[in-house]
Amino acid sequence: MDFLSGSELIAKGALTAGCRAFFGYPITPSSEIMELMAKGLPGVGGTFMQMEDEIAASAAAIGASWAGAKSMTATSGPGTSLMQENIGMATMLEIPFVVVSAQRIGPSTGVPTVGSQQDLMQAIWGRHGDQMLLVLCPSSFSELFSMTIEAFNLAEMMRTPVILLTDGHLVNLRSTVSTDQSYEIVDRKMLDAKNASAPFRTDGSLVPGFPPLGKGFNVLLDTLSHDERGYPTPSRAKTESLLVRLKAKLQNNIGKIWMHEESGVSDSEEIIVSYGSSAISARRAAEAARARGKEIALLIMKTMWPLDESQMRSILKGKKRVIVVEQALGQLAWLISPFVDDSELISVTSLGRPPKPEKIERVILNED
Amino acid sequence: MKTDSSPLRYLREDRLPTIWCTGCGNGAVMSAFLGAVEDAKLDMRKIAVVSGIGCSGRIGGYLKADSIHVTHGRALPVALGTKLVRPDLTVVAFMGDGDAYSIGGNHLLHAARRGDDVKAFVINNMVFGMTGGQQSPTTPTSLIEGSPLARHARPLDGPMLCATVGASYAARWPAAHFAELRESMKTALTTPGFCLVEALSQCPVQFGRRVTRNLPELMKWIESMTIRVDEALSRRSTGGKLLMGEFTKEEGGLRPGLGELIGG
Repeated sequence: MDFLSGSELIAKGALTAGCRAFFGYPITPSSEIMELMAKGLPGVGGTFMQMEDEIAASAAAIGASWAGAKSMTATSGPGTSLMQENIGMATMLEIPFVVVSAQRIGPSTGVPTVGSQQDLMQAIWGRHGDQMLLVLCPSSFSELFSMTIEAFNLAEMMRTPVILLTDGHLVNLRSTVSTDQSYEIVDRKMLDAKNASAPFRTDGSLVPGFPPLGKGFNVLLDTLSHDERGYPTPSRAKTESLLVRLKAKLQNNIGKIWMHEESGVSDSEEIIVSYGSSAISARRAAEAARARGKEIALLIMKTMWPLDESQMRSILKGKKRVIVVEQALGQLAWLISPFVDDSELISVTSLGRPPKPEKIERVILNED
Repeated sequence: MKTDSSPLRYLREDRLPTIWCTGCGNGAVMSAFLGAVEDAKLDMRKIAVVSGIGCSGRIGGYLKADSIHVTHGRALPVALGTKLVRPDLTVVAFMGDGDAYSIGGNHLLHAARRGDDVKAFVINNMVFGMTGGQQSPTTPTSLIEGSPLARHARPLDGPMLCATVGASYAARWPAAHFAELRESMKTALTTPGFCLVEALSQCPVQFGRRVTRNLPELMKWIESMTIRVDEALSRRSTGGKLLMGEFTKEEGGLRPGLGELIGG
């Protein structure tokens, strides 16, 4: 067992996953992740550079991944805003990389030192055009480590950018946690020389092989809409086929992507739904209520996007009370609302800190 | 007919003809680059091409090379990330004046300051061509339309900026000076550190609207707005003209006297 901070767990997870390139720009509360990667990467033959801004940091991470390295950046809401165009580029070029977004409170500069959960919609929808990427959110200290590895694995497996959403509370807190387990590490599937002339033809697998540099494959990766050869095209039909595939490669593989935790779902018509640092309070409140004889179900979401719609539907089906616990004014509630029918959706919000378990418990027991 | 020495072997022939307008300088710059690659005896397989957005950004899509066409203004940081992971490759970035000097200006400043080992080739046609001919950071003040406030702007000198903050190599040539442009591109490709070569290029359609659409006249007009670095140094004056030539001395850094020339 080690006594580690959330930042240390993320950095350790990234290095364990094989991350060998980090580009960043200082911002509270994610700067420590950058500093830890600056310390950790040289010893494993990796590359680190503090860039001139978050736009450059995300661009350089994408360039590093194009060159074959598992790469990442870490930032917070304002920086994530600046990175959005390049994250969209990575979805279009199918370049894997990981963006850690450690959330803080409020729009604009807000309060940099106060953690929150207000960038869920930004992570899911922040870019222009029909697009989809993965948004993962660890809800415990051990998951800060294991889901960072998962973020790299899924990025490589699906050739997609992944936003690892966490917050100022979790990156700064410390806990005893074990990181000794062994994890499977996934590397991207490379393009075969025989397919170099049609590098985006996937023959049903939906995820094309990644082109290596310096081997004469001459593959063009173009942010313009492109055909199977990678050539830019204004064709509506080819554009539609590209956009449909980019979404389908994630949605059709939802079984590999979807992570959640549930308990007591068949025992109760009432359920608590939460994620991230709020989930720690939600778990404790559910345990306390159960100890007092109240049956209550619990859903902790970990893959925040895309959703496994059939799982969401079956977990939330027939629930008469859905208690949503988050540090935002209804972002998680909005996300799950399509799956909640005829029920009473109750928001428990605490904007600048995880809600106290007692507060959630009182809502569960109708004591408020 | 394609021979062994034909530059066509470096191009994706199935993508030709290019989208560029008749008389555009982009083709000459691309050709000068291919000549420079030959002169430098580089293997195209060991060159990674990054390009930005705009007419110039299309070059990466025509070259038969590992290439990536990225977001507007961000070619340089993408190129840096690539180079740091694959130092065995020569990483080049093709940009326009909008890419390099407007939206990507901050990246240019820092790439030159840090000495990123990236070769930047800027096609400066002094106008936003693809979007309809709007003014760019290099549009000559006398040609800027609009309010007195807009006409107060002075054009940005990219090679001078880069040389001043520490580029290993910086040069400018009109696209019509093909041999010198090719030679400078070769120097850039073989000089370690951040190197920038600006081709002062003609856009007969959009920039020509402000001057003349007659191609030879336009190319002469561009020639007339420049003065060779050596001549300006010996006259101790640019005469209000744009410098052409090499802005750095052999070991890098600004050539002596150039700073005073520009300041005066």
